[in-house]
Amino acid sequence: MKVGVVTFPGSLDDVDAQRAVRIGGNEAVALWHGDADLQGVDAVVLPGGFSYGDYLRCGAISRFSPVMGEVVAAAGAGLPVLGICNGFQILCESHLLPGALIRNDHRKFACRDQRLRIEDTTTAWTSSYVAGSEVTVVLKNGEGAFVADEATLDQIEAEGRVVARYLGGNPNGSLRDIAGVRNEAGNVVGLMPHPEHAVETLTGPGTDGLGFFTSLAVWAGVAERTFA
Amino acid sequence: MARVVVDVMPKPEILDPQGKAVQGALPRLGFTGISDVRQGKRFELEVEGDVTDEVLADVHRAAETLLSNPVIENFTVRVEAGA
Repeated sequence: MKVGVVTFPGSLDDVDAQRAVRIGGNEAVALWHGDADLQGVDAVVLPGGFSYGDYLRCGAISRFSPVMGEVVAAAGAGLPVLGICNGFQILCESHLLPGALIRNDHRKFACRDQRLRIEDTTTAWTSSYVAGSEVTVVLKNGEGAFVADEATLDQIEAEGRVVARYLGGNPNGSLRDIAGVRNEAGNVVGLMPHPEHAVETLTGPGTDGLGFFTSLAVWAGVAERTFA
Repeated sequence: MARVVVDVMPKPEILDPQGKAVQGALPRLGFTGISDVRQGKRFELEVEGDVTDEVLADVHRAAETLLSNPVIENFTVRVEAGA
């Protein structure tokens, strides 16, 4: 499948995300924030970084970039979209996902290997995993605290839309230890930690993150689950 | 020219780590008796021509769409007198 990775001014992890897409068995297509053109891709990754310098709020300016107009429309029609870190912030600002990401409660940047539990494996990006899998990926954020009002939190919990939860201590003050959520249809997923930095043993804590990039084929029904 | 001011504040129920950091710094500098600090943003919009109801409605929409995130922030719009 062709997976577009958007580069915004200030994106940091676009090249790593492209590499993870390729290691996951898909073709990576570079997309540019200023082009209202998805180049016919089958899915989109919004990578981490500090798009538009995080001015105003993280993701607030990016959300109105030409490419995002296309992403929002296509996501509504079912296009798989994964937002990682800054990409998660952009998806929340776009109202494709509930809630918002605010500054870490302890006010320090967090950078560490992070254990997660994959709770929802029905999504386009987690179908490779078995529900309840515990994985270790990389976490690095300053504004990674997921917040929403109680009613919204209760609703996404009841609907099984918490995709991943932090294990071994909450790194940033995210309510209910939420590390990632999905939209109702399951094609749009936002995740604060970075699976694209955990796809090769040489440069990461392992390969536990690879499942996010092999899931598209499983979700589309053309491959088997590979991660336990 | 007239000035319209949009004040954006984190909602009361949302944690405000920046405000907490400022609150922590104040007593260290000898400013006591301040029990809470919330930090927000102030936008000063210079408007061409008169501030009509239509202009204010536009500013309201801009505040709702871009200047604030209604999930975590509240905002107020006012015309600054004598600007």
